[in-house]
Amino acid sequence: MFAVTLLAGATLVTLAVLLFIIVFVLQKGLPVMSVKFLFTNPQEMGRAGGIFPTLVGSVLLPLLAILIAMPLGIGTAVYLTEYTRETWVTKVIRFGTDCLAGIPSIIFGLFGFIFFVVMLGMGWSLMSGGLTLAIMILPTIIRTSEEAIRAVPHSFREVSFSLGATRWETVMKVVLPNALPGIVTGLMLGIGRCISETAAVIFTAGSSLRLPQSGFDSVRTMAVHFYILAREGLSNENAYGTAAVLIIAVLLTNLVAYWLMHRFIARRTK
Amino acid sequence: MKFNREKGVERLLLLVALSAIASLALIAVFILKEGVPFMLKVGPGNFLLSSDWQPDAGKFGIYPMIVASLWVTLGAMLIGAPLGVAGAIFLNEFVPRSVMRIIKPTIELLAGIPSVVFGFIGVVVLAPLIRSHLGGPGLSVLAGSVVLGIMVLPTVISISTDAISAVPNTYREGALALGATRWQAVHMVVLKAARSGIVASIILAMGRAVGETMAVIMVAGNAVKVPHSALDSVRTLTANIALEMGYATGMHRQALFATGVVLLVVIMILNSIATAAVRRRIGGKGNTKK
Repeated sequence: MFAVTLLAGATLVTLAVLLFIIVFVLQKGLPVMSVKFLFTNPQEMGRAGGIFPTLVGSVLLPLLAILIAMPLGIGTAVYLTEYTRETWVTKVIRFGTDCLAGIPSIIFGLFGFIFFVVMLGMGWSLMSGGLTLAIMILPTIIRTSEEAIRAVPHSFREVSFSLGATRWETVMKVVLPNALPGIVTGLMLGIGRCISETAAVIFTAGSSLRLPQSGFDSVRTMAVHFYILAREGLSNENAYGTAAVLIIAVLLTNLVAYWLMHRFIARRTK
Repeated sequence: MKFNREKGVERLLLLVALSAIASLALIAVFILKEGVPFMLKVGPGNFLLSSDWQPDAGKFGIYPMIVASLWVTLGAMLIGAPLGVAGAIFLNEFVPRSVMRIIKPTIELLAGIPSVVFGFIGVVVLAPLIRSHLGGPGLSVLAGSVVLGIMVLPTVISISTDAISAVPNTYREGALALGATRWQAVHMVVLKAARSGIVASIILAMGRAVGETMAVIMVAGNAVKVPHSALDSVRTLTANIALEMGYATGMHRQALFATGVVLLVVIMILNSIATAAVRRRIGGKGNTKK
């Protein structure tokens, strides 16, 4: 009985700490948050004013990353599930995906910096950041898409083949539409990771506070902005405001992901 | 015609499927290419075991950072592993399924809290507490360990839960039929069966803790010296890279990439152990769910 009480205590502590963080940030940040805060430019490096350019950065950068990672991730998942049996090639692909998933974001930052920023000459830019983040979220997208595709019943494919459809037609018209909610779950989780990422972004996309005019301009995301505000002690008030927007954005993205997954599972077991 | 198009699609998809491994190779090549020649020039012994880090004077010893990463990571595990595993056991064995179905996604949702936010909370809430109650600068090994320990909780809970719920119910029933209490059944049978999955969750969490950057920069204090107590300020390997990358050039930048090489090697070793542990448990199904 004592042991069980201890276990319950540990679980409660875990939940309490995690919820405390959210409540703490929202409580301090929500009063700062307003339409004006969201849509005006920062002044004096963020000491005053709003966070508009960083909001734009936090929308554009994850979108770009997902646009790059989506075809690669889903394509990989389709290849692994529909086009091949387990061979050494699939083992190598899976090994690569697993390894990539474990690499810390600072390493992605280093790589993105030396490869995209310096070697390919893209500079600190939306493109460098987007490409780096795309590689970072690729494993998540591959795994969730693969699971979603595997969950589509075999009979669906058999019916399609029996009607004379080719493999590719079956993939496009039967498999992918049925796996869609599961795939979108992976995409949303990827977007969530991009929004909350700092280390990989700051060395590839830079931290310019101006609105980007092209893909080769530097951007600052909310996470990077928050980091700079908090670390350089520029403005605690604006830091809390930015953190609140950041947390809301990430939680909403993840909530949509889980809601979709839940619906997907519910439909499958119906 | 149709046949040709099908062949084309298949080739294209194979090419796409190689993107992940190709990216991994690119990352490895570029980090190694920048870091390894530097390490050979300075001498691996000098680089890894010297405590003298003065980039301006051409002295690059990362021993203090290695020790710091080790301390902070072990500290994080001391906090994160027991809490996380206890949570996973409780949620699996002692809580109705319906409650677990709410709590587990909640915890996984919280895994999405950005690491900078964890770090910030560490600075404004935890560090002052440590400073006033235990002394020292507040930003310290202890603060870093607590923050990282909390950050890895969702990883530990999520993967341990998967491992525990994969234990067949017949095991539990068998133990209960032999007269074991609920708790005896759990710690004598279920935990033994789920052991390698739980170990994997802890090792993966270690990997995350070693690699975490922004939160550690904010709460660990960043002083370049070998810590003597848990209240000392330290700089981890990751913090070293991120703090100086912004302005480093030449040898200095190469030294930071060499630090990255060390980090990459440690992570690869940890992840291989975790993957091996999971594979042994599930028998071939090596993909660990996040």
